[in-house]
Amino acid sequence: MARHLASHVAQLAATLLVATAAIFVLLRVLPGDPAVVALGIEATPGALAAWRAEHGTDGPLLAQYLEWVGGLLTGDLGTSYVTSQELTPLVADRVQVTGILVLLGMLIALVVAVPVGTLAAVWHRNAGGVTLSAVSQVGVAVPNFLVGVLLVALFAVRLGWLPSGGWTAPVDGFGEFWRHVLLPAVALGSVQAAIITRYVRSAVLEIMREDFLRTARAKGLTFTGALMRHGLRNAGVPIVTVVGVQIASMLIGAVVIERVFAVPGLGSLLLDSVGNRDLLAVQSIVAVLVVLVVLLNFLVDLAYTVLDPRLRRAS
Amino acid sequence: MQILTRRIAVGAAVALTTAALGACSAGSSGGGTGEARTDVVVGLTGEPTNLDFTRTSGSAIPQLLMNNVYEGLVTIDQAGEVQPQLAESWEINGDRTVYTFTLHDGVTFSDGSLFTADDVVASIGRVQDDWTLSLKSKMDVVAKAEAISDTEVAVTLKHPSNSWLFDMGTSVGAMFPDDLSADLATEAVGTGPYTVEEVATGEHVTLAARDDYWGKVPAISEVTVRYFADANAQANAVRAGDIDMAYNMQAPDLLSGLEQDEDLQVVDGTSTGEVLLALNNAEPPFDDLRVRQAVMHAIDREAVLSTAWAGHGQLIGSMVPPTDPYYQDLTDAYPYDPDRARELLGEAGAEDLGITFDVPTRPYAEAVAQVVVSQLEDVGIDARIVPAEFPAVWLDKVFTKHDYQMSVILHTEARDMLTIFGDPDYYIGYDNPRVSEVAEEADQGSPDQYVAGMQEVARMIVDDAASAPLFLFPNTVVADAGLNGIATNATTESMDLTGLTWSAS
Repeated sequence: MARHLASHVAQLAATLLVATAAIFVLLRVLPGDPAVVALGIEATPGALAAWRAEHGTDGPLLAQYLEWVGGLLTGDLGTSYVTSQELTPLVADRVQVTGILVLLGMLIALVVAVPVGTLAAVWHRNAGGVTLSAVSQVGVAVPNFLVGVLLVALFAVRLGWLPSGGWTAPVDGFGEFWRHVLLPAVALGSVQAAIITRYVRSAVLEIMREDFLRTARAKGLTFTGALMRHGLRNAGVPIVTVVGVQIASMLIGAVVIERVFAVPGLGSLLLDSVGNRDLLAVQSIVAVLVVLVVLLNFLVDLAYTVLDPRLRRAS
Repeated sequence: MQILTRRIAVGAAVALTTAALGACSAGSSGGGTGEARTDVVVGLTGEPTNLDFTRTSGSAIPQLLMNNVYEGLVTIDQAGEVQPQLAESWEINGDRTVYTFTLHDGVTFSDGSLFTADDVVASIGRVQDDWTLSLKSKMDVVAKAEAISDTEVAVTLKHPSNSWLFDMGTSVGAMFPDDLSADLATEAVGTGPYTVEEVATGEHVTLAARDDYWGKVPAISEVTVRYFADANAQANAVRAGDIDMAYNMQAPDLLSGLEQDEDLQVVDGTSTGEVLLALNNAEPPFDDLRVRQAVMHAIDREAVLSTAWAGHGQLIGSMVPPTDPYYQDLTDAYPYDPDRARELLGEAGAEDLGITFDVPTRPYAEAVAQVVVSQLEDVGIDARIVPAEFPAVWLDKVFTKHDYQMSVILHTEARDMLTIFGDPDYYIGYDNPRVSEVAEEADQGSPDQYVAGMQEVARMIVDDAASAPLFLFPNTVVADAGLNGIATNATTESMDLTGLTWSAS
């Protein structure tokens, strides 16, 4: 286990090094002077020069890079070029918003996808299964912003049950939090539900052909009983893999939903920061995302060993 | 001097009627609670990055703060006229170089300090010394400002100026305490009826009314200004009732649907924003007058307005909006005439012209660009659209490096004709020394000479086809039908919230 952890830390360090260097260089290549964007077209040349000196954007690139990475290691992401805000609390706040949204979206997706996918597999020979499979196929093709817009049109504009957007943190009012989080989470989760349904279906189909399931039935378990007790757990490994991959993509894919629902999440902050050429903020957000994704992979690995004791020995 | 288009006149009439109806129901409400709401939620796109407009340019900050949090000696009213604000009155001496302002007594800043003549002197001096925006040049004309007493201040100009007093009603005229210690980026200290209560980046800014405001305390005690990433989200929010007013809404396609909603009012106010088809006068092919004139004749501006912006807005022939004192109707200077355009291109030897068209990634620009390209194609100009991310890439490539042939951009600043066409180093590259000469004479002349001179300047720029003003951007406001006192005309950058009231329900 300790060796396992060590290898993950090493992987994290290597990934971060490559990712930070890449993002740093790419941002420097991007056209657009951060000073001009920060101060606007009315800024005098003297003010622009002073700004560049103050923020060190006129210094050597290597020095800029090292200063930033040094800050990262101590948890200090620096100060935004544009808003002069401390980035660490800002990013931490945004990570929570996006984190809640993504996890809730994934929860909704799983609650729908696991039973529906299992049923689609069990019924794969009859009309019910084919219908479920077809519906999930269509679901995969629907972009989630469209789901978002439709949800807003129905529940916010027409029925007026829920707000069309915005955000309330759980600590500022739990009821309001739910009213605000529900539509974006459903919008985010519904497309994931369709995708995961397809994986669950094929995983369960695979399992249904396995010998151990036949053995379980021979022991006297019903088909449903055998599937519940032995089948789903074995189907769990590929499902957890896809859930891990999808959460990673949702972290950044949430930006579209955040835009539609005016949710102040990490994706919105990243997009605004790119637009404002707030290079330090962009770098820091990407670095945080890299850390999150690597951590996520670690958790997925852990989940494998919990689900399937055979993998514990293998590692 | 004001010329209203029918649409705007109708809009204004609707607003007045709604206000009148609101007033009626306020007196006769028996069924409702009778209590009018005292909070308003306003939706905007374009969030300010901080609160300091002395160091950060762009209209987002003054839009939020001017008249609401900061005030000037004078203010610009809905008709574009100068009106007293912190100055009760003023006198101008015979040669129009000394302005003596009498200030209101008992005015306090939000930090509790008393507003006196010393603050005026310090604020004017700070524009000249500390402001880092080129906007500060508007105060160059001031030779000195002196406090005569606590409530009297004399400002001496280097020469008479017709534009200075107007400028004092915009953000350069904002009054700050003389012993300013606050960081303006995070804290706003003004004399206005509101203070900034909370800034939630990426979400909203909350303004709270001051009990100790020197003037009439506003009816609305709390204003939440929510910022949206795009106009669609803003429109959804106003339809769903999450916000009470969508100000400066830039989604004209959605307006017809909103207009049918009985709970909402849709008003097109005027603005000072001109959508300009910018031609780089310093580089081929637009260094040739005939090619520029050909473009002017090739563009059917009426079609551009109706196709790109659903007819919301107003056709203009120059960079002067109808709310300016020196407005003249120049819309017929270049009638839509593709044949004449082809003829001019032929004379210039520019048949089968291929150009690049840098289009900033803004809804209005993208919509306009499509129409313009197809109209230019009709006369044999092949314009290739190159998207330029706004603001970063557009500012860098087009505005700073002048590396472009044609672009389209919204110039929002009030009275910006000389900023754009008076300086050959500006990105347009229009070099006509007569413009600054005539403009300078006009500014120093009598008010009548000012109007005549500025009209001559506008005429020169149009004759030279320096660039093509396409239309005046509307300041479209969609609001709850019960909300009154909306300042729909954006005569400066300011969104004046101080007059808002609710009809009693």
